[in-house]
Amino acid sequence: MADQTFPIPGTLAAPRSRGAAFLEWLHSWVVTVDHKKLGILYVVYALFFLLVAGAEAMAIRIQLAVPHNHFLSPELYNEFFTMHGTTMVFLVGMTFIFGFGNYLVPLMIGARDMAFPRLNAFSFWLTAFGGMLLYFSFIGGFGLYGMGSAPDVGWWAYAPLTAKAFSPGHNTDYWALALIVSGFGTLGAAINTLATAFSMRCRGMTLFRMPLFVWLMVVTSGLTLITITPLTAAQVMLLIDRYLGGHFFDAQAGGSPIVWMHFFWIFGHPEVYVLILPAFGIANEVIPVFSRKAIFGYPAMASASMAIAFVSVTVWAHHMFTVGMTSVSNAFFVLSTMMVGIPTGIKIFNWVATMWGGKIRFATPMLFCTAFLFQFLCAGLTGIMLSVAPWNWQLHNSYFVIAHFHYTLTGSFVFCIFAGIYYWYPKVTGRMLCEKLGKWHFWLFLIGFHITFDTMHFVGILGMPRSIYTYEADRGWNTLNMIISAGGFLQAIAVLIFAWNLVDSYFNGPPAGNDPWDAWTLEWSTPSPPPAYNFAEDPVVRSRRPLWDLKHPQDPDWKYER
Amino acid sequence: MSAISNPVPLFTDENWRLPSRGRVGMLSLIIGESAIFTIFVVAYVYYIGRSTYGPTPQILDIPVFNTICLLSSSLTIILAEHAIKNGRMRAFAAWWAMTMVLGIEFLIGTAIEWRKLIFDEGLSIRTNLFGTTFYSLVGLHATHVVVGMIGLSLVLLFTLFGRVEPRHAERVQVLAMYWHFVDAVWVVVFTVVYIVGR
Repeated sequence: MADQTFPIPGTLAAPRSRGAAFLEWLHSWVVTVDHKKLGILYVVYALFFLLVAGAEAMAIRIQLAVPHNHFLSPELYNEFFTMHGTTMVFLVGMTFIFGFGNYLVPLMIGARDMAFPRLNAFSFWLTAFGGMLLYFSFIGGFGLYGMGSAPDVGWWAYAPLTAKAFSPGHNTDYWALALIVSGFGTLGAAINTLATAFSMRCRGMTLFRMPLFVWLMVVTSGLTLITITPLTAAQVMLLIDRYLGGHFFDAQAGGSPIVWMHFFWIFGHPEVYVLILPAFGIANEVIPVFSRKAIFGYPAMASASMAIAFVSVTVWAHHMFTVGMTSVSNAFFVLSTMMVGIPTGIKIFNWVATMWGGKIRFATPMLFCTAFLFQFLCAGLTGIMLSVAPWNWQLHNSYFVIAHFHYTLTGSFVFCIFAGIYYWYPKVTGRMLCEKLGKWHFWLFLIGFHITFDTMHFVGILGMPRSIYTYEADRGWNTLNMIISAGGFLQAIAVLIFAWNLVDSYFNGPPAGNDPWDAWTLEWSTPSPPPAYNFAEDPVVRSRRPLWDLKHPQDPDWKYER
Repeated sequence: MSAISNPVPLFTDENWRLPSRGRVGMLSLIIGESAIFTIFVVAYVYYIGRSTYGPTPQILDIPVFNTICLLSSSLTIILAEHAIKNGRMRAFAAWWAMTMVLGIEFLIGTAIEWRKLIFDEGLSIRTNLFGTTFYSLVGLHATHVVVGMIGLSLVLLFTLFGRVEPRHAERVQVLAMYWHFVDAVWVVVFTVVYIVGR
């Protein structure tokens, strides 16, 4: 990146030492307000924490591989599963989606940068410091000996466990403060994405010509505005309880721990849609390009995304069927949860219809998206099962639930993120990722994923509860747990192959050129990597696939689109 | 593929207009803030009458003068917006300063109310559940008033140094949107705390 500086005429151009050049390079990344650099920072940050939280998951699986294991102490086990969940959702998931959004939204709509570049940098650094604060808990405060200060109350942090009396020390405070800080960063990123998509589009880029990825980022950002803020509000209440002696969640003074559950899940359930919608957006870009067909049912896809966002804010209490709500509330949340199946079903059928009759190329991005379709379908089916309140009463807080949401978050979200990285890495770095290693990554991860999470359904039905640090040998869970752990290690190996591929291809990958996949959206019309100004001339578009129009002047899309 | 130097099938649309990014951004912020207030208002409403001991909402006096001041500050800021749009900078400075005076009066009024509650009625944030919900909801709103005052005072300073010109009208309007939001929230907080909850 340092070679983008302009030569200075006169006497200043004396050669600099390596150290000075390195400092200048570092400085350029720290002070940058360029949406592409910030997007890369977001994604690198997310990849780093993906490895960290993955290592935590591995430690959990070693502990659970055999009964009565002593690999982790009970206290450390609580910290590890809390940190695994919190990290994966807030430091991996949220940063991946806003990293992709940051890099791609301006390029896809033909803009120079985000609407508020400095707010963009501010948001990233808030998120980054939130993550650092969260991990500082391992060494700060009263930490380090026995790793005592990391959050250990679960990523849902139910009251009254979080009250000062039951959680002395600073574990819960690190959790609340770190997430408040990174939450404000997320809010800034969401505001920025919305303003960019509505106010920075190039000429001719009407709302219904925007690439579907941009549509999904708009829906996600809108949902983020009303999703992250309730968590921030609830965490402020928690801190008032802990530090100012308040009584929000204190049952003795008339407060209610149930209210915390409601507030948390008002955030928590839409949050999974915040994560999965941009993943849909990636599938919306990858599947058409590798099927050599325009996306099937563009307006239906856009409106189904809106429908998912609206329905998703009415379903939160399906996490609370066992709390003892009234039958009317139970019935309402059963029905609203099942309604989610309708727009997501529309999406799955549209993706399949896009592939139907297409000339499919199974490059690595397409492999991940194909597996995503199958796994997302399974995740949706177990979701419908869990939405039935009596079934939920049986399986609540069991490993069946864990299997279900890892099918959505790993089997769908992470698979799409991998697809997106294989798809856009050539644009970002100018080099192709190694296809051979990509195939190894895909198949190992796929097999490991199914060994782990398919088996988890069974161990859940056999009654194994979540969040336990060990179990008795006579429960019949031993073999299954060993299989789950083995699958976990297969996934870890796959991720390490992926990490090696990212590093190695950066230096040794074949040059990509502008448009290695023969794609149709605007980002592929600029050089790889794109220059700081993105487009030498402001683009003008007349259809949803501007590069198709350009490559096929005798048969452009705008003749057919209305 | 060779480099596509000019991806432009020439096409000019003179009516190509997009919404102002400032307005879209501020509107998004307001939606997010509304969600925060919704959570605090829901908590307040749900906990009305559930306090197991200590003072009750009957000790509250309706802050009529405060409310009149804050709501009329919305009017004065609209007059300021009109003034800067028409280039009348002195009128703008006067109405803007008037808005700030009304906002500061609101904060002083809140301080007097809280002083009475804390020292005469013995109600602090830790006294009971009512105290917790009351101070956090009214305090959250007061915090937003303070943030608004910081924004407004920056504009006033720049105005007094002659740095604000009629071409900045739109930016001023974006900041005014936030102030209108703070006023609108007060209508909700006032209704919930001093009318429904009492």
